[in-house]
Amino acid sequence: MAIRRLKHTRTHAHACMLQTPLDDFQEELVIRPLHSGDIYASFQFRTVWDADFMGDQKVSHYRLFPKSLGQVITKFSVRELHISFTQGYWRTMQWGQPYLPSPPGAELWVWFQDTVTDVDGTWKELTNVLSGIFCASLNFIDSTNTVQPSASFKPLGIGNVTDHSFLRYATLPREIVCTENLTPWKKLLPCGSKAGLSVLLKSEKLFHSTFHSQAVHVRPVCQDPQCRTTSMELRQTLNVVFDLHTSGQGKREWSLFKMFSRTLTEACPLASSSKVYVDVTDNPQFELSPATPLLTQAVVLGDRRTYSVYDLTQQASFGSSRSLNMLLRWKAADGEMLRPLLHSERYVAGYGLQAGEIHTLIYNHHPYRAFPVLLLSAVPWYLRLYIHTLTVSSKGKDNRPSYIHYQPSKDRERPHLLEMLLQLPPNSVTEVTVEFERALLKWTEYTPDPNHGFYVGSSVISALVPSVVAMDTNSTLDRPLFSSFFPCKEEASYFMRVYTEPLLVNLPTPDFSMPYNVICLTCTVVAVGYGSLYNLLTRTFQVDEPSPGLAKRIANVIRRFRGVPLL
Amino acid sequence: MGLLSDPNRRRALIGMLTRMPVDWLVRTMQARGLEVYTQRFSRKLPFPDEDKERYMVKGTNVYGILRAPRAPRTEALVLSAPCSPGNENNQAVGILLGLAQYFRSQIYWAKDIIFLVNEHDLIGMQAWLEGYHHTNTTGMDWSPLQGRGGSIQAALSLELSSDVVTSLDLVLEGLNGQLPNLDLANLFYAFCQKIGVLCTTQGKLPRNDWDTTSGYSHAVQTMMLMVLKQASSRPWGDHGLFLRYHIEAASIKGVNSFRPYKTDATTVGRLLEGMYRKLNNLLERLHQSYFFYLMPSLTRFVSIGYYMPAFGLLALILLLRALDLWVQLSSPPTRTTEDGVEVVPASPGVLSILTPLVISHLTGVALYTLPVLSQELAVEHFPVSETEAVVLTAIAIYTAGLALPHNTHRLLAGEGTEQGWKVLKLVAVLYLAVLLGCTALINFSLGFILALTLVPLAAFITPHVPKTLSAVVMVILSPGLTLLFAVFFFQELQETPVTLQEGWMLYLSVISQGILDHALYGSLLYPLAALLVYPCWLLFWNILFWK
Repeated sequence: MAIRRLKHTRTHAHACMLQTPLDDFQEELVIRPLHSGDIYASFQFRTVWDADFMGDQKVSHYRLFPKSLGQVITKFSVRELHISFTQGYWRTMQWGQPYLPSPPGAELWVWFQDTVTDVDGTWKELTNVLSGIFCASLNFIDSTNTVQPSASFKPLGIGNVTDHSFLRYATLPREIVCTENLTPWKKLLPCGSKAGLSVLLKSEKLFHSTFHSQAVHVRPVCQDPQCRTTSMELRQTLNVVFDLHTSGQGKREWSLFKMFSRTLTEACPLASSSKVYVDVTDNPQFELSPATPLLTQAVVLGDRRTYSVYDLTQQASFGSSRSLNMLLRWKAADGEMLRPLLHSERYVAGYGLQAGEIHTLIYNHHPYRAFPVLLLSAVPWYLRLYIHTLTVSSKGKDNRPSYIHYQPSKDRERPHLLEMLLQLPPNSVTEVTVEFERALLKWTEYTPDPNHGFYVGSSVISALVPSVVAMDTNSTLDRPLFSSFFPCKEEASYFMRVYTEPLLVNLPTPDFSMPYNVICLTCTVVAVGYGSLYNLLTRTFQVDEPSPGLAKRIANVIRRFRGVPLL
Repeated sequence: MGLLSDPNRRRALIGMLTRMPVDWLVRTMQARGLEVYTQRFSRKLPFPDEDKERYMVKGTNVYGILRAPRAPRTEALVLSAPCSPGNENNQAVGILLGLAQYFRSQIYWAKDIIFLVNEHDLIGMQAWLEGYHHTNTTGMDWSPLQGRGGSIQAALSLELSSDVVTSLDLVLEGLNGQLPNLDLANLFYAFCQKIGVLCTTQGKLPRNDWDTTSGYSHAVQTMMLMVLKQASSRPWGDHGLFLRYHIEAASIKGVNSFRPYKTDATTVGRLLEGMYRKLNNLLERLHQSYFFYLMPSLTRFVSIGYYMPAFGLLALILLLRALDLWVQLSSPPTRTTEDGVEVVPASPGVLSILTPLVISHLTGVALYTLPVLSQELAVEHFPVSETEAVVLTAIAIYTAGLALPHNTHRLLAGEGTEQGWKVLKLVAVLYLAVLLGCTALINFSLGFILALTLVPLAAFITPHVPKTLSAVVMVILSPGLTLLFAVFFFQELQETPVTLQEGWMLYLSVISQGILDHALYGSLLYPLAALLVYPCWLLFWNILFWK
């Protein structure tokens, strides 16, 4: 029945094709059993629409593309928009690399079109509108946490804009992601949460996980290999990791039902492709049922992986029970931690409330290849970085960055921005340290919970990592969605982004308690009362009558005439 | 004493001490689903520690991090258990592992929880904390940590000597007399009440009969114990080193006495689970309650507002005395000679007060540096061990300082005058006032005990009081003997009285521990006493023997 309905919509779409531009919707779920026994599920929903948002004529007729986003893109002349909400920190040492990395909290970066004149004003409005769309505190993005990275965030879609004055980047590390952010995100899908893969997205299970990240990426892509016309691509991704011990009762045995408390019964009727991939590369003693004859290979993150594929548009995938609930079972691996090629950690060193030191460690575990990375860190103004104390060292030796872009902060206006291009020697740890001083805020600038501390957003490490296998550079080939997000230009390396931990830093905080307030008030009263009394008592009053000048005397005559007080 | 002077036995001991089952702990923690890391450290003590029988310390800390689900690694809680050689603290490590397993399968954690098993108790803890915060204050060698959990919000250290306990004792006193926030003590008390475990502080049960004499004296004894412990400036449990990093921490010690009612390990585990869930739910660091308090029982406290005036009144004596001297000096008494001419005595030269000041401080510097530096020399020439050498050298220098006034006067240009000692006393009294004031702000108990002994002495001493009697009183009230009395008094309060001989041995070991605490953890009592308090006392000694 599902197929028939799908065919019906397709023919309907065909009929409408003459009037409306072509749009296409694909959905995909990748399940990767992780080394640690946890399980990683990554959803991607992709809508491509051959509409020209950047052109002159207004786009008014929406079909698959969400209207709320389309209007925002048109109104604010957005070329590219990337927004992610993440709850948790991706554990690279246990889980390997994610398909799409994101920092804890909210992250937003936008490339505006070069027709925009007032970028800062547009950015401010855009964040407020997005805040409403996603029910998030994006309206807290202002000039104190917005930066313009010069090199780390290049456009991911087509377009040769390199003037980073049209780029804005901001993170809110404290943003808490929950169901109220998931619901508006699901509303952007053509099938909502009614059919297709999105029936699995139930919040009671998604938020019973160890990692949850949802994102929206809008970018222009090529319509055909020659790239004569562009279309707008909307990718909605959702990544979730379920824990072996809390969700899995300690058994390496997972099923769709165990993960999401739902099974799949049909594809989204509007989708042109609807697939479930299961990564079966790592585990030789891997049991997957129901078995599927379809296997595919893809080069992901520098590695050739094998996937079992369930095509939901085929009725055969659902079997006789009319529902797909695949079961994964694998043998325990040793408890050793992984050695990912690139990973990092960051922490605050020192003690006391006066000074401190931010340490960023970047590990290159490649046995013989050195590769460059771009490190971006945006630090709020209330941590005053002493940039002369910046040291970069690898293997005990000084490692001079070949490019440094530093923008000092302005109190209450803008944050520090530090971007560096570093060469990581093979098999090494590169340590970047910089000292800072904690500023004393004005008393109204403290948050309602000042003793919790203040957040510093994640640093971003962007790198071209040497690949073990040849990367697929042919972008027109029909590839799984999860392997085709970052454009790949050369075979020998692949692009990767790593986010470090956010930091929680305690600032010197006054005691905002009742005794403190009483002391403050008493001191003020005493100071005012005593001060004025002392002033009165010690001042000697003298009658001072200098002879007024000629001009004043004339003025006084006139004033007496007018009946106003004399000068 | 003298146990470690034989190199063979020393080597055997070192072999015995490196026996924490590191691999087993790593495997067990991994099996419980924690992220496990180890840290190696080594430390050479300035001289052998004969109480704990260690000199060249090498060890490994093992810690496992329970990553909170959907938390960004910004906050952490620590549960630590020292793993000492022998079977002393096995139960604590067992409870720690059991809790790790239970905590791991829960979804409600919002902060990472670090389960730390530290070797060589405080030395391991010091290495771990320095590694975690990437500081090095005491010159220890440690390998850098690989995994962290953000800023640590609170920590508990668990010490159990047997699998059943009759009561749990809460230890709060940390390095340099720092105390954790009182809410941590309140939390412990609340959960002990809820679960029905006997809880004590200073090993004394809380009592409700405040109005009776015995109840009152019980409370005073408990508080005196706390004052003495705080004044000692040493960490009284593994938690003591956390306080420097502004981490609220306490030690929980299981006590197995002869009371009939016993508590098993499950109950201790439930107590800890409750406390960790409470700490986990904290949005901010513990800051609402007091950081400065004295506890006459676990349920009552004396806040800074009540005890500070007592100290203030003591310090006021010094200020009034200084004012008096100042007035006397600014209007010098005129003396009439035989022929009726009024003579104003010459005001004393700067040299006459500078000399005693400089010489007594040089003695202080000698007391601070020489004992550790000269240990090898002493061991070569006398039949003593290194530790004995250090302690006895310290006592010798201290005693030698008493002979100083007889020698300083030779350096003076002229005879000491009436004006001279007054100026010296003015300086000494102000010096003492500032010194005690600053000490009491940092460590109230220490400041108060010093004030109790030094202020009367500073008030009455002049060259005109009877020499022998005053000298005896001064020696009795000197910082060194105050420490000796404190040792006896402490033992008395703990209901473990000692004989004179034992007390003297205890006194010697307390001195060596004080010097070690300074070198290992940065306790400030030894430098304070040697470099400031003792020279200040010497100034008054000088005044007594003013010629």
